[in-house]
Amino acid sequence: MSLPRAVLIGIGNPYRRDDGIGPALAAAIEQLRPPGVSVTISDGEPSRLLDAWSGAPLAVVVDAVLCDDPAPGRIHRTALGAAPAGTAAGRQSASASTHGLGIPDAIRLAEALDRAPQRLVVFAVEAADIGFGPGLTAAVGACLPELTQAVLAELAADPPR
Amino acid sequence: MTHRSRQLRVSALARIEGEGALRVVVQDGQVLAAELQIYEPPRFFEAFLRGRQHTEVTDITSRICGICPVAYQTSAWNAIEDACGVSAGDAVAALRRLLYCGEWISSHALHIYMLHAPDFLGYPDAIALARDHRDLVERGLRLKKAGNAILEAVGGRAIHPVNTRVGGFYRAPAKADLVPLAEQLRHALGDALATVTWVAGFDFPDVNLDHELLALQDPGRYAIEHGQVVSASGLAFPAAEFSRHVAEYQVPHSTALHARLDGGAYLTGPLARYTINSAQLSPIARQAAAGAGLGPTCRNPFRSIVVRAVETVYAAAEALRIIDEYERPEPSFAEVPPVAGVGHGVSEAPRGLLYHRYQLAGDGRIESAAIVPPTSQNQAAIEADLRDLVSASLHLDDAALTSLCERTIRNYDPCISCSAHFLDLRVERR
Repeated sequence: MSLPRAVLIGIGNPYRRDDGIGPALAAAIEQLRPPGVSVTISDGEPSRLLDAWSGAPLAVVVDAVLCDDPAPGRIHRTALGAAPAGTAAGRQSASASTHGLGIPDAIRLAEALDRAPQRLVVFAVEAADIGFGPGLTAAVGACLPELTQAVLAELAADPPR
Repeated sequence: MTHRSRQLRVSALARIEGEGALRVVVQDGQVLAAELQIYEPPRFFEAFLRGRQHTEVTDITSRICGICPVAYQTSAWNAIEDACGVSAGDAVAALRRLLYCGEWISSHALHIYMLHAPDFLGYPDAIALARDHRDLVERGLRLKKAGNAILEAVGGRAIHPVNTRVGGFYRAPAKADLVPLAEQLRHALGDALATVTWVAGFDFPDVNLDHELLALQDPGRYAIEHGQVVSASGLAFPAAEFSRHVAEYQVPHSTALHARLDGGAYLTGPLARYTINSAQLSPIARQAAAGAGLGPTCRNPFRSIVVRAVETVYAAAEALRIIDEYERPEPSFAEVPPVAGVGHGVSEAPRGLLYHRYQLAGDGRIESAAIVPPTSQNQAAIEADLRDLVSASLHLDDAALTSLCERTIRNYDPCISCSAHFLDLRVERR
């Protein structure tokens, strides 16, 4: 089996309402079976993220975010070749523990270990509710078609060389 | 959800694990207070276990921690099976011990490489360490992955295993399923031995604690998932007498309860386990410990990193032994019909002794639950150490003192969500 051209990683917990947008998107992409794409659902734990995207030319990550002044369902896209200073991925970690390592730390760790994908695109979807229970809120569920199209377009783009 | 971004001003995280702060008050050169402030809201597990069925307890309590879910499951099924008078049998017990070895390997590798080692090597975090020593951090990640592989093969998944149940397992792996795991574990054992050699070469401040120590003891082997409670000073009692000796109490500055053992502060965890049980280590782990300069006891919290490394060797070798001798349990679980009464369960979580107690109604409903995690038990001892350390280090400026306090806290690998991730030090010099 050849290595996938791209990996799609949906991060989140489907039992925490809108935090399930990553897994929901991953399920939608899985059904469409885009060629050369490996689909993974992840809890975001950094060492597993590294394993999921190691060696892949392109990794697309989808996660939920909470924002002050929220607009639930709004999609933010960030592309990283190398994380520039001042971005989330370029900042020093403020955590004194590993329980709370997030995607930015995973990216920095991957870069330090030379295990970052050549190109990493993060789609962050603003959440309305990350309380207990299954099911996305209406606003976040409604963005799924647009998000799916955006992710498919990203996955279909020429891989980095 | 893990994305914390300056632009997005993320204000909360879905998988938040715990927040703590430290408050130190110094007046006229005297340390008046050194408080580990845990301000994470209480999680009410003991309350919402009431009314649930005795068979649901392991799945619910596993959610208390993503790093040590097996510890919570184990103490829970030990307590439920105790209440119902059921023994799951030797074959299930061996498989449970294998599962727990996976958790020890994974949790210890995480703490040694990602959290603790940077303190000794002058790096702000593991990412900076990885930039200069890629091979070392890759070794840590390999070890963690080997631990996770056990959890996945036996428990169904690495976090919050789903193949486990009161009485045993939903499906026991076939011996052939464990063969690839053994190959991975042979490499892990080599990595674990190299880890001991590596951490033994660090510089350790000369500190010796005189706290009482508390750990499980299991004749003939290093206690993990089973044993009676033993203290360094010679106290010994079964799990059923835990609450007669250990009293929890509230302090205003922490949402986690503190605990006293017969009225005094005490410590659980790797130092306690090693000091009480080093004679029960397997020959390869004992040899590794001796090579690392550990004697039969270890009371220096900075050296806890060496003890964790030795325990990782033990767990890898023990996992290999269990796989080698593995016989698939048939059936994979024992039926556990409910019995009205009280059950007690203990086990050695990576961070220390974990006690559960459940009172069951005749139909299996939980009438009351008590859970005493290791970090709660260790808080008072950690604060005592901080007080001593700050008293002896008042000449340092706030930045250097903060760093020293953070190191001290990390020596104990505290898990606040189980009971400081984000340490915010305030020194009031009056």
